[in-house]
This record gives sequence, structure tokens and C-alpha cells, in this order.
Amino acid sequence: MIDAKRRILLKGSLAAGAVGMAIGAGLLTPRLVLAAWPEAAFNAQNVDDALKGLLGSAAHEPSDKIDLKAPDIAENGAVVPVTVETTLEGASSITLVAAGNMMPLIASFELGKGALPFISTRIKMGKTANLIALVKAGDKVYSASREVKVTVGGC
Amino acid sequence: MASQMKIKAKIKGDVTEVKALMTHPMENGMGKNKETGEVIPAHFIQNVTAKVGANTVLTGIWSGGVSKNPYLAFRFTGAAKGDKVEITWTDNKGTTETEVAEIE
Repeated sequence: MIDAKRRILLKGSLAAGAVGMAIGAGLLTPRLVLAAWPEAAFNAQNVDDALKGLLGSAAHEPSDKIDLKAPDIAENGAVVPVTVETTLEGASSITLVAAGNMMPLIASFELGKGALPFISTRIKMGKTANLIALVKAGDKVYSASREVKVTVGGC
Repeated sequence: MASQMKIKAKIKGDVTEVKALMTHPMENGMGKNKETGEVIPAHFIQNVTAKVGANTVLTGIWSGGVSKNPYLAFRFTGAAKGDKVEITWTDNKGTTETEVAEIE
């Protein structure tokens, strides 16, 4: 019993020490530690790396139960309206990726209690490319994508 | 700082739709100042949280790929007219802003 407690204490202090060292070394700011903003996923420069960093895997299955609305032609890439809605059962998160952007991961939303699987926002697109909406439902990730032609890039 | 966020929350039947407009430059760190040629440092909202009472209905993590002065709409059930929707954002410099709106 005493030994078990000692183990926990030891583990706890080690973990705290590691985080403290990371903060001290400037690797992590306390803000980022608290906010849980997945830096690697957001800094990734291709879709697969971004999804691996965010969801743990780049695998996703196309689904016609995801309705992704965006203009066919976006004259101004700085403001592209996007709406995602799904009828997939048990949807827990919605993620937006612009495949042609230097950093493709745009935004990800966790749906809390009572939230309907619907998100509408406005994003930047650097050039004509696929816009991908990913919905996590259960253990699987489903997707819908459509090409948006961008007249003037907005990144 | 007084909040510059605008929130509208309307209930129809059991579904509340919230539309929020935030004021933020959303610089992704890749833009340049046209006069000086200097890179404009990244400055964008990273985290957004929407609550109704104690319940968190939505959390968002964002990049600088969300448009300047971000617009966000979302929907939820289980609330009533007069309940308060609270939205908070935090950017990469640690600035934070919160606004509350009553469901109409």
C-alpha cells in the first residue's frame, strides 16, 4: 500500500518535472499546455500529416451522409463560406481541411452535449483545391469533399 | 476591454441556432506588410468554447486559416428561451474575449 502510494507520488512528480522542464526550456508555454491546441497537426503541410496529428490516423471513408456546402467558385479566397451538416449517428467532431493550403488544417469542432452536427463558418483558401469535411462518429472518421475554384487566393 | 463579439441565439421548436461574429485579424503568419515587406506575425484565435449554463455545447480549435473577423454558426437542443449562451475565444497571444447572449 505504502509502496503503491510512493509509486504514484514518484510518477506524479516525474511528470510534473518533465512538463516544468519543457516550460523552462521554452518548448511549451503554459498557455498551450492548458489550451490543448495540437500544434503539430496545425503546422503539418499536407492533409495526411494534419489528420494523423489531430485524429491519430489519416484514414477516412467517404460518406454521402455528410452535406458539405461551399461555393463552386470562390472569387475571394480570403472569405469562403462553408457549412457542414451530417445525418451520421453519433457524430462527435467536425473538422475542416483545405487540401491546397500551405497548412491544410483549418478548424476542428468537438460537439458537446445537445449539439447538433452542424457548423457554418468562413475560411481562407490559398488556391483552387479540394475542401474536405471530416466527421468522427464512433471510432470511425467519415468524409465529404468538393473542389472549390479560387479566383484570388486568400492566404 | 469591452467585448466586440456579436452573438444572436434564436430558438425554433427545440433547436437553438447561434450565430456569432468575432473581431480578430486572424493573421496566419504568412502575410507581409505591403509597405515595409515585413512578415506580419501570426495572430489568430486558437480556441473557442460555447457554453449554455454549465454545459459546454461546442469547442473549436482553429488555425489562421479561419477568415478575418470570424463567423461561426452552430445548433443545439435542450435549451429554452431566456437561457444564456456564452462564447469565449483565446488567441495565440493569450488574449481572450467572452460574450453572452440570451436565447430569443
